Amino acid sequence: MTTTARTVVTIAALTLREASRRRVLWALAVLTVALLVLSGWGFSRLAAESGFGTLTSGQARLVASQLLNLVMFGMSLIAALGTAFLAGPTLSGETESGIVLAVLARPVRRSAVLVGKWLGLVVFGGGFVVLAGLAQCLVVWVTVGYWPPQPAAALALLAAQTTVLLTLGLLLSTVISPMASGVVAVGLFGATWIAGVVGGVGAALGNDGVERVGTISRMLLPTDGLWRGAMHAFQDPSAIISFGPEGAAFPFLSDASLTATYLAWAAVWVAMVWGLAAVSFLRKDL
Amino acid sequence: MSLEVGRGQVVGLLGPNGAGKTTVIKMLLGLVHPDAGDAMLLGRPAADPASRARVGYLPELFRYQPWLSADEVLTLHVRLAGLDVPAQEQRDCLSLVGLAERAGDRVGGFSKGMQQRLGLAVALVARPELVVLDEPTSALDPLGRADVRDIVLELKSRDVAVLLNSHLIGEVERVCDRVVILDKGRVAASGTLAELLGQRVLRLQVADMSPAAHARLDASGEVEHAGDWYTLTLPANDDAAAVPDLVRDLVALGVRVHAVEPARISLEERLLGILRAGDEGGVGAAGGAGGARQ
Repeated sequence: MTTTARTVVTIAALTLREASRRRVLWALAVLTVALLVLSGWGFSRLAAESGFGTLTSGQARLVASQLLNLVMFGMSLIAALGTAFLAGPTLSGETESGIVLAVLARPVRRSAVLVGKWLGLVVFGGGFVVLAGLAQCLVVWVTVGYWPPQPAAALALLAAQTTVLLTLGLLLSTVISPMASGVVAVGLFGATWIAGVVGGVGAALGNDGVERVGTISRMLLPTDGLWRGAMHAFQDPSAIISFGPEGAAFPFLSDASLTATYLAWAAVWVAMVWGLAAVSFLRKDL
Repeated sequence: MSLEVGRGQVVGLLGPNGAGKTTVIKMLLGLVHPDAGDAMLLGRPAADPASRARVGYLPELFRYQPWLSADEVLTLHVRLAGLDVPAQEQRDCLSLVGLAERAGDRVGGFSKGMQQRLGLAVALVARPELVVLDEPTSALDPLGRADVRDIVLELKSRDVAVLLNSHLIGEVERVCDRVVILDKGRVAASGTLAELLGQRVLRLQVADMSPAAHARLDASGEVEHAGDWYTLTLPANDDAAAVPDLVRDLVALGVRVHAVEPARISLEERLLGILRAGDEGGVGAAGGAGGARQ
């Protein structure tokens, strides 16, 4: 193994170990289990009381789709919070405390250390959303018998969304303090989501100006676009048809799957932001 | 500034706060980017990370991953150094710094002194050929300081080069072969202790001094005296026999010798002298500039 590969693997493993030993993991686990249990209870009550029996099968799938998307949004929010608050401290926190001094005085390249950190965070964040999302899908399947049409694609997109956000967190953490980078990353994530909803309302009303808000914000920070792609893969294909064009205004339904161009843009975006983080980190005097 | 540390040599960096001691060290290790100039580490340019393969570093700001245990920190550093150091050797390293019993404990629960000891173990674990210690005893008790001194001398005996940055002149004086005095980012003076100090000072506590004994003392160098303590400044070119010869002669003249102490303050005095001389130069220049404006 080359020196660089060894450094990347060592630092990635260290980052995973850090994530598993810090309290943030327990906070994530408790929140996730709480969400799974609550949603399981909610879905089972829904099935029992309003009675899926009185709904047509189309309506039942529609309700299940929306609720699944709603709960998945909660899950992606937990992932966003968790990874943003992990990505921040891991770089700027270590720079502030001096932990990074002893590490970088070893025969390692700073870029290799940064790749290792990023990789560790991607595995952790991505692994979390995939596992938690899969558990949620199983909960819905057991309680109301709904299984999303493209679960693998949906979970992959959720993992991609997490990757986008933690890359942003990593960039921010090279320039601002650990806490601030987490807050700013989560704030931008929320703002993009709201802009996406506003854009959806604009589309439903046929107002191009308002619709553009969502489109532009989706370009600037691809979290919302990826999230909408994930939603589309989770929901029943008939759901959006039954809503008609107004469906675009509803925040927990998505009217179109992602284009390959948008996925490519998201990849380019991650590469660019990572590059900026690397430039900032490589130039830093410690 | 220019600085050199040879194998088996212990070089001390001295200087006031803000002189640039830590910055020089960080530039050597690629942690701070120099505006100009170059540095070589173990025969390679310091800009090449591979040059740090056999370098051990204890930073002034010593902090290690609080979620790891002491032995895990060492394993991490061995891996980053690209070496295969057996577990037993790593444990030996921890016991050398007095942390053998705490090997499995999380670093987060360590006191500052224990973290500094761990930092020393980290600096030593990857079989270094150059060890850079930045204020290695700042958080240590007197026992710990003695341990560090022993470790530095042991490294020297193994032909390891040591660069020691310390505020504690006594520490530098005891272990360093050469001293570099930095002031405002420049080398104000450098050399071996003997070169730098130039002269030696001897303090004697004696009784029953006869005029002949006084004459013998005066012949050896400049004498000041207070009560039965005599401070003798020996000339720079004195040989090793001067002190024993003097004591023998004094005893022969019937003087009762209670104590003979080589003075420890000399490096401090020399350091203060060098730094003050530099400051006066600076003040003079500033005054000149002020005069020109008027």
